[in-house]
Order: sequence, then C-alpha cells, then structure tokens
Amino acid sequence: MLRAEGLRHSFGAVRALDEISFTVQPGQTLAIFGPNGAGKTTLLKVLAGLIQPQRGRAEVAGGRRAIGWIGHQPQLYAPLTVRENLRFWASLYGVSVPGELLSRLGLEEHADRPVRALSRGLVQRVAIARALLHDPTVLLLDEPFTGLDRVAAEALSRLLAQHGAAGRATVLVTHNVEEGTGLATHVAFMRAGRFVHFAPRAGRGPQQVGEEYRNAIA
Amino acid sequence: MPLPDLLRHSWSVAAKDLLVEFRSRTAILSVAVFVVLVLVVFNFGRDPTAVSNVDLAPSILWVTFTFAAILALNRAFQLELENQALDGLLLAPIDRSSIYLGKLVANLVFVATIELIGVPLLALFFNVRVLPYLGPLAALIALATVGFVAVGTLFSAMTVRTRFAELLLPVLLLPFMIPPLSWAVLATGRLLAGRPLSEIVGWLNMLAVYDIVFVALALLLFPATVNE
Repeated sequence: MLRAEGLRHSFGAVRALDEISFTVQPGQTLAIFGPNGAGKTTLLKVLAGLIQPQRGRAEVAGGRRAIGWIGHQPQLYAPLTVRENLRFWASLYGVSVPGELLSRLGLEEHADRPVRALSRGLVQRVAIARALLHDPTVLLLDEPFTGLDRVAAEALSRLLAQHGAAGRATVLVTHNVEEGTGLATHVAFMRAGRFVHFAPRAGRGPQQVGEEYRNAIA
Repeated sequence: MPLPDLLRHSWSVAAKDLLVEFRSRTAILSVAVFVVLVLVVFNFGRDPTAVSNVDLAPSILWVTFTFAAILALNRAFQLELENQALDGLLLAPIDRSSIYLGKLVANLVFVATIELIGVPLLALFFNVRVLPYLGPLAALIALATVGFVAVGTLFSAMTVRTRFAELLLPVLLLPFMIPPLSWAVLATGRLLAGRPLSEIVGWLNMLAVYDIVFVALALLLFPATVNE
C-alpha cells in the first residue's frame, strides 16, 4: 500500500533523510517517533510527493488521490467558512462533502463560521475533516494531536482506529510517544534522518515504547 | 488530464481566490486606494502647459496599472502560504496547470477591477475622451493585461517562498513587462488622439502573440516552479 525504498534527501549540508526504507501494508499504522529536526516531516512530504527525494523512491498505491494529509498547519483559508473550505477541497477531489463527517467531528454547529473565528482545536478538527472528505486509503499525519482538546483527540483516535480497521494504512509522525503508541501496529524511531528502530509494536505499551525510544535516541 | 477536468479545477481555484478576496477585501481596497492616489498625485504633479493631456495620459495610465498589478500579484500565492494551503493544492489529484490557470483567472478579474476604477478616473482627472474609443480601449487593455498578468502569476509562484518575495517579483517581472507595456502605451496614445484603428492593429497583434506565447510558456513551466 505504501513503500519507501532507499530515500535520501538533504537540505544543503543537512541530511534530512538517510537511506530510509519501509513498507506499510493495508490495515497497518506506522508511528514514527523522533525529536525535532529528525526528518519526520520531510519523510511525510516525500511520501506525499510534495518533495522529490534526491535518491530512492516512495510509492503510494492509488497515487495522490489515495492520500489524506493532516499536518502542522490546517491547509484552510481563514476568511472562508468551514463549509466553504470543505466544499472547495471536495471539488478538487471530485466528491461532495459527506454530511456525517461534520457531525462525527462535532463541526455541524460551526459549519457556517469563518475558520478565522474558530479556536485552535476546532481548526484542527476542520483540518481532519478536510483530510478525510475524499475517503483516503492512506493517511499521512504530522503531529495530528497538536492543539486538540481531550474530546477532539479521542474523536481523532477513534477515526484513526476505524481507518485502520477498514484495512487502510496510516503513517503518523510525532515526538509524543504517549499519544502515538496506542494507535500503532508498527513503531519506528528516527534520528538524524535515519530509522534507528523499526519493528511491530507487538503489544508494547506507551511506557515500554517510551523507554526504548529514549534509549535509542540518547 | 481531460480538458473539462482541467477547466473545472481551474474554476474551483479561481472562485475560491475571488471568494477569499471578496470576504477580506483587504487587497482590492488597498490597491484601489493606491490607484486613486497615484492618479491624484500625477494630476497635481504635472505642468499642464508643458505636455498635453492626451500625450501624458497613456503613460500615466499604464504606469499606474503596472504597479497596481504588481501589488495584486504579490498576494496571489501569499494567501496559499497561510496555513500551508499550497501543500494541499499540490497534494490534490489535479493537474498543476489548473492551479496556475485558476490563479491567472482570479488575478485577471482582480486587475480588471482595478482597471475599471482607473480608466474613469483618468478620464476625469486628465480630461481625456475615453467613451468614443471604449471598445478598442477595452480590447487593448485586456490584451496587454493578459500578457503581464500571465508572466506575473508565474513569477509570483516562483518567488512566494523566498525571503524577499515582494522585492523579487517586480525585479523579475518588469523586464518582461516592458514589451507589452510599451506597445500598450503607444496604442493607447494613438487611440486617445483619435487616430484610425488601423494604426493600432499591429500593436494589438503583437500583444495577442505575446499573450499566447507567455500563457503557454507559463503553463509549461508552472509545475516545476512549485516543487519544493
């Protein structure tokens, strides 16, 4: 469903990706943990096709249409309402905005408010709706829990669990081991552009993964 | 990508840009005020006995449009950087040329609105007769505008991620604007002087060729300019 082979990319003298290879099969969720500057966002952008790697290749079955992206920034237009934003993005994917998506994310009562008038948490919920509206088979998530309140974070976790249970793939990057581990079927630790650990989670909890992460990154 | 899809996606992008501008009205208001101020300053900063209005007006009109358009073009991709919406556009399963076409259409509407404000003001301040030549003048303005907005939209995409985007855009764009600008000034001068239309047909043809060449080139080059 998603394959990376020998990815290598530098920004000037900084090696952002260094021989990264992995595959993610349908139903799997890969959580990639790493400190700031480890190359996590660059890796996601390469997987999404937003950055052409200098070496290696990344393939997503179904191409760009199959990808849903939730990043640091919501990719929304602040002067437009929630509904107008979602309609615009839906039009680019040739779909209409699924009615239940707004209710699932608790956005119905905010649908006609401009995005600029929403709180950070609500904006992130709209960003999640934007990423899901075309029913993607591969989700690429960059610190998706940032700014979410507890209720919204739980709603997102449920959505991601449903996504995985439906046989879809997810790649999640974060520096927060607590929030990422529960969703993961596979875990990778990233440091200075390299995977220093990549394995199935195999029942490990956040505490154990966190300890292994600290040892691997130290 | 099939042409109907390309056009549909282009229209989505253009309509979104126009809606964003309609909601915020920041860019159009500031550029409209800029146009009014420039024309007012030129009106009071000239010696009416030295050069006749008909000789002076075309240059003033096109200088005003040039700088107003640059102000407008600067914002074209700036709004895509807020909240990283540009990444969303690049990720969408659409031909990247449709992003360019959509931006071009929105910029043309934007600049045309400014021109709609500028032409009557020019007629008012400089006492030049515009109404008898309105049709040919509109065609001339349209042809010249398409050319430099096409190039400007491409350069706006190229420079938006740079540190000095607002400086780089005019520096890159102005050399490319010189040919259509000079043809437009000469043709406008002839029109306002009441010369026969046959005298400006050559310039109109050159403007049309410039438009075709640069719109085609920009469509070709745009996908490469937005890669990170």
